[in-house]
Amino acid sequence: MADITVGVVVFPGSNCDHDTMHAVASFDGVKPVMLWHGSHDLQGAKAILLPGGFSYGDYLRAGSIARFSPIMKEVVEAAGRGMPVLGICNGFQVLLESGLLEGALSKNRDKKFLCCDTFIKPVNCSTMFTSLYQQDEVLSIPIAHGEGNYFAPPETVASLLEHDQIVFRYCDANGKVTDETNPNGSVNNIAGIVNRAGNVLGLMPHPERASEKLLGSDDGRRMFESLFRQL
Amino acid sequence: MKQTEPEVTLALAKEHGLNEDEYGKILDILGRTPTFTELGIFSVMWSEHCSYKNSIAVLKTLPRDGGALLTGAGEENAGLVDIGDNLAVAFKIESHNHPSAVEPYQGAATGVGGIHRDIFTMGARPVASLNSLRFGSPKDPRVRYLVDGVVRGIGDYGNSFGVPTVGGEIYFEDCYTGNPLVNAMSVGLVEHHKTVSATAEGEGNPVLIVGSSTGRDGIHGATFASEDLSEASEDKRPSVQVGDPFAEKLLLEATLEAIETGFVAGLQDMGAAGITSSTSEMSARGIEKNGTGGIMIDLDLVPAREEGMSAYEIMLSESQERMLIVAKKGHEEDIIAVYRKWDVQAVTVGRVTSDNNVKIQYRGELVADIPAESLVLGGGAPVYIREAVESKPDTPAAEMTPDSGLNLKDRAIALLSRPNIASKRWVYRQYDSMVQTNTVTPVGHTDAAVIRIKGTKKALAMKTDCNSRYVYLNPLAGGKIAVAECARNIACSGARPLAITNCLNFGNPYKPEVYFQFKTSVQGMGEACRAFNTPVTGGNVSFYNESTHGGGRAAIYPTPTIGMIGLLEDIDNLVGSTFTTSGDAIILFGDPDLNLEGSEYQVIQYGTPGTDAPDINLDHEKNLQDLLVALAGKKLLHSAHDVSDGGLFVALAEKAIMNETARLGFDVDLEDCGAGPYRMQQQLFSEAQGRVVATIAPASAKAVIAEAVACNVPVRVIGKVVPQGAAIAVDGHDTLRFSTAELSRAYYDALENELHLNELL
Repeated sequence: MADITVGVVVFPGSNCDHDTMHAVASFDGVKPVMLWHGSHDLQGAKAILLPGGFSYGDYLRAGSIARFSPIMKEVVEAAGRGMPVLGICNGFQVLLESGLLEGALSKNRDKKFLCCDTFIKPVNCSTMFTSLYQQDEVLSIPIAHGEGNYFAPPETVASLLEHDQIVFRYCDANGKVTDETNPNGSVNNIAGIVNRAGNVLGLMPHPERASEKLLGSDDGRRMFESLFRQL
Repeated sequence: MKQTEPEVTLALAKEHGLNEDEYGKILDILGRTPTFTELGIFSVMWSEHCSYKNSIAVLKTLPRDGGALLTGAGEENAGLVDIGDNLAVAFKIESHNHPSAVEPYQGAATGVGGIHRDIFTMGARPVASLNSLRFGSPKDPRVRYLVDGVVRGIGDYGNSFGVPTVGGEIYFEDCYTGNPLVNAMSVGLVEHHKTVSATAEGEGNPVLIVGSSTGRDGIHGATFASEDLSEASEDKRPSVQVGDPFAEKLLLEATLEAIETGFVAGLQDMGAAGITSSTSEMSARGIEKNGTGGIMIDLDLVPAREEGMSAYEIMLSESQERMLIVAKKGHEEDIIAVYRKWDVQAVTVGRVTSDNNVKIQYRGELVADIPAESLVLGGGAPVYIREAVESKPDTPAAEMTPDSGLNLKDRAIALLSRPNIASKRWVYRQYDSMVQTNTVTPVGHTDAAVIRIKGTKKALAMKTDCNSRYVYLNPLAGGKIAVAECARNIACSGARPLAITNCLNFGNPYKPEVYFQFKTSVQGMGEACRAFNTPVTGGNVSFYNESTHGGGRAAIYPTPTIGMIGLLEDIDNLVGSTFTTSGDAIILFGDPDLNLEGSEYQVIQYGTPGTDAPDINLDHEKNLQDLLVALAGKKLLHSAHDVSDGGLFVALAEKAIMNETARLGFDVDLEDCGAGPYRMQQQLFSEAQGRVVATIAPASAKAVIAEAVACNVPVRVIGKVVPQGAAIAVDGHDTLRFSTAELSRAYYDALENELHLNELL
């Protein structure tokens, strides 16, 4: 059986592109390809990953320029047809700027870049990205961002809740969700959300950095594995 | 249009920092009066920063080859060390002290950018970044501004550029108040056949400028770095360059891709002194190698950021994110195409010649025509050996209080909360330490940072270190200890020390006592490197770190920072520094005489560092390193952590609490401690060298002790790991008890509290 092709978009300034390629390549039967920002060709990819980093330098606002790139036009269209899209960190920011997800990410509560291990828990395990997780199990997955403070107006948050679109929340080692376990000030401790159709997920934590025990955790692997099993 | 340029005279040369002899030498070399542009070129190339004129004679005494070195110090932009599997490590540390003193954010950011360029111009992909920082007391509001700016600058540049910042050190001492130190280190990996030399060769080969356009920023940055800081230094803010990590990220990717084409004949970063240093140094290397060479540049072709720049300004600009490439003739378009793909400018501006000169044309005129070798270190640049006179610090010996008169538990907690000892979490969390997914353990869980090498079983261990207080008290011992501590840390992680780079931060070398510190600490460093077989691959000298802030002129503590690389042949043999298993035996390697000389404890308790550095025995250190590597190879160690700042108490506390999600406690009884009135203070807080606290399974004790005896390293069991709580007894009594939470609070909250950071927001 031919390998499933998964596209990893490379914007100028992406810096988790190689990391994401590395994580994807560790799964049997999956072939990652790099999708250049200036191209319109998705190269037959069955799923798209938007990696972390600083697309176009992010001097204006994270992800604000990337959404105008030729490849994103194709990604948005494909997502509309149901193509699975996973945006990690800067990729999440790009998804929000592109309108594939609702809300916005502003500067962290304490105005500083923050890189550390965080605990998150999947609160919706029925998505194509989380089917291999147990509801409310505690995952150790790191964050590294300056603009990860998720915000949406109350009516949007209510709608996200109503439609089970909140997928990950920051918590402590025991799964407790509190202000102290919220690293960046995100409303409702939101770490990741999915679109209404369920095929577009954005999250701030980096599953590709938690895909090998050697790096401290492999809790992120099942996110990729959940997705790849659907393809 | 012809611009009027100042007439070149001795007075003007002096304004450029050249002395009368040096100006005379320029007249001799050229056989005529230099043009204004030529004067600018000589002044930057012969500045301390570029020529190492006051340091090179001393640096040549260091062991600069042997071991696994592929290129010796000074031969290329950075040192290159073989690690097998057709791979080499390129690494270097460099200072950006003066820019950071006046503009901390950009100064630190461009320091990081500059050192990474040195690495990737050799064809190596930067895989890790480290730093070494010194500031004045955090109680000073300006110091807090500097700390905040420097940390954000390092973070923002490295985070965006996509290289993990995996290690570093930060100390606070009053002597750095007006003159902080910002030393940045980059480590890169390259396959042997992809390395590129910073040499201009092949007559007629085209010379290209790639990267950012040239502007008026940073003109005379190199000269600025070669003089004392003063109140007037604020006016030199325009001498500080502005960094653009996004531009550099594109430059990195495009450059590594361009090298893949096989059409890059030579490559050098434009750091200090921009086009001037890159053209003259690349030419000189070509001439040295082939007998002939040289470069001709037409400045009209150089992309400029603004109109009306003079030749002088273009030649001396230190605009960031630029490089000089020598392409193989006929293939410049292949290279330009790669850069175009990455939206990076690449323009042919000249060619390699054979008349041995650097020739600069502008607006149809020859504005500079200088023999390349006359400009560079090892060629015509001046070399001075300055007068060295020892001047012992007049710090008093401590007037000790007996143990019985002190609340030692209280003292221990106070020590753990000192900014120099306490957790640097506030700092390192602002750095992306994980990007590239090679960082094996979280920051602080190993004594040296460890980066695995994908596709192999290998990993690199790396560390920066210098206890400048020791160097101040005893330059010879302090120089040795800086190297020994790095090596001990590398060995604690299970890796074998390979080589060092150094960043030598000192005061004004024209002061005999400063030159003595410089010369003597380099001697100590050299002795240690020889003893450990860790040659010096290169580095950087930063003189004139003296400041007039806060009254009289004060020199900094002499600070020869070491950056060391080690190799872990098998990642499975990695050893962490924190307790792993309750019930493990805690053992102590090394049994030196204990005193409090130079210790952090003595400074806070008695207000004086004392009169000498701790003793250092290089033979013992080497034995200890060999032992640690051997035990790691046999998988006998569960953890290893060296005893350094704060002494044994701090080492034990760190082992207990540094892994924030898996804290454990300890129960330790130190035996045979004698009967002196200060024995508790000495046992707990002495910074005597050559000691490592390790943990092992009790069943391994026999094997570990046998191995230690074979390596001639004293060893004893001092206690065991317990689920929680900490207790230290001396000869079975005088027990100090702490809860793990109490230790954590003291250790983790102190720096943030001290910096009062909320005041800044």
